Amino acid sequence: MSRNRLFVNTSLCFFILLIVSFNAHTQDSSLLKTLDDAISQNRRTEYVQATFKATQVINTPTIEAPPRGGLQFMIMHRFGKLNEGAYALFGLDNAGIRFGLDYGINDRLSIGLGRSSFDKVYDGYFKLKMLRQARSKSPVSISLFESMNHVTLRYRDKPYISGRYRSSFQSALLIARKFNSRLSLQLTPSWLHYNLVPTPEDNNDAFALGMAGRIKLSKRTSLNGEYNYFSSDQTPALPVYHSLSFGIDLETGGHVFQLVFTNSQGMVGPYYLGKTTGSWASGDIYFGFNVSRAFNLKKDR
Amino acid sequence: MKILIIPLFILCFCSVSAQTFTTRNGFVGFYSKTDMEDIKAEHKQVYGVIDAASKRVAFTLLVKGFVFRKQLMQEHFNENYIESDQYPKASFTGTYTGEIKEQTITNVQVSGQMTLHGVSKEIQIPATLHWEGGKLTGKANFKLNPSDFNIKIPALVRDKIAKQIDVTVLMECNVTK
Repeated sequence: MSRNRLFVNTSLCFFILLIVSFNAHTQDSSLLKTLDDAISQNRRTEYVQATFKATQVINTPTIEAPPRGGLQFMIMHRFGKLNEGAYALFGLDNAGIRFGLDYGINDRLSIGLGRSSFDKVYDGYFKLKMLRQARSKSPVSISLFESMNHVTLRYRDKPYISGRYRSSFQSALLIARKFNSRLSLQLTPSWLHYNLVPTPEDNNDAFALGMAGRIKLSKRTSLNGEYNYFSSDQTPALPVYHSLSFGIDLETGGHVFQLVFTNSQGMVGPYYLGKTTGSWASGDIYFGFNVSRAFNLKKDR
Repeated sequence: MKILIIPLFILCFCSVSAQTFTTRNGFVGFYSKTDMEDIKAEHKQVYGVIDAASKRVAFTLLVKGFVFRKQLMQEHFNENYIESDQYPKASFTGTYTGEIKEQTITNVQVSGQMTLHGVSKEIQIPATLHWEGGKLTGKANFKLNPSDFNIKIPALVRDKIAKQIDVTVLMECNVTK
């Protein structure tokens, strides 16, 4: 009889101990679980970051821009054409360059100034982030890009070309989506306006559609490509091709290096979209690079 | 004997000083100082709970909430180092030794699991708990190694990031219940 009682007592004690230890364990993980539930409920909108590594794919501007108070200095360089042969060191002897400065006024608006050696064009633009991609809010980021370009090259034989005849404009909508950490794509419809065109058959208003994307190869490198469709019917005076470019991005700290191959000599919208006279098939391929460096001007954030 | 067992049984389910303190605005900051560069980040939306009855603590935070002075640094932190899209949360669960008393600052030893970048590690850190009325403030200063949590730092920037990062925790919790 007493042995039975002992058995009951010990088993009861064991049972209690089991309950207590179980209770303690659930308290441990349940403590974290209540916090996790609270955090999930109150999660604020997280906007997608770093859709692209740089403010341009190769020539096409991306939705990325310097942050508020951020200054970006950029050098875009294009050598000559590969088909110039060994005598010209496959184009390395020649060079076209564009210097650019971008500044972030706030987290949505940025402005830029640049100057290209090709036609000695000065360009000024602003980029406005109208919509930002965020889970369950917007599947894409949409930015507005507006630029004005001014040719300062002297035409000694055409002294009448002055003032507004030297200007052209670009208005583009940048629609981008970061599909995952590796792939981002952007669609860029553009409206170009040339104040002066060579012949009456040419359109002052022309349209282009750009398709660009990047594939991340590693944390700090990516492969980029862009194809800009431009119907040459819009500019019959000049035989133009669609601008096709490829590039590799290398990111280190505050710099982004982009090595590019393109059939476009110009680096601003009215030129690479509507005046690309080179074709890949003929070997009119310009090797070049874009280098950008980010500076932070704001003292406290 | 049987009479003793029943109250003992009941007692196991009751807490002694049934007070839980929580916060949703806890502070965690980390600081890396090298000859090349200083890196500083602060998080002011840390969720934390201190259960004084069972002497357990837990805190969790969304890694994207760390604010850096330089936006580019914040972007690189999220994209390249902490990989916040894959591992959005960092958390700690553990227990502490020592008895807290009203109107006093108690030195305690906290031990538990720190989970960061998908890696969990046992840590023991000294901390202080200051109980005043309905508020319990926990403070701790300790060091963490990025390598312990599988955070890869490439050779190019190795001199810019310290091997040991100074972490500061300040949780001002208010009583719930």
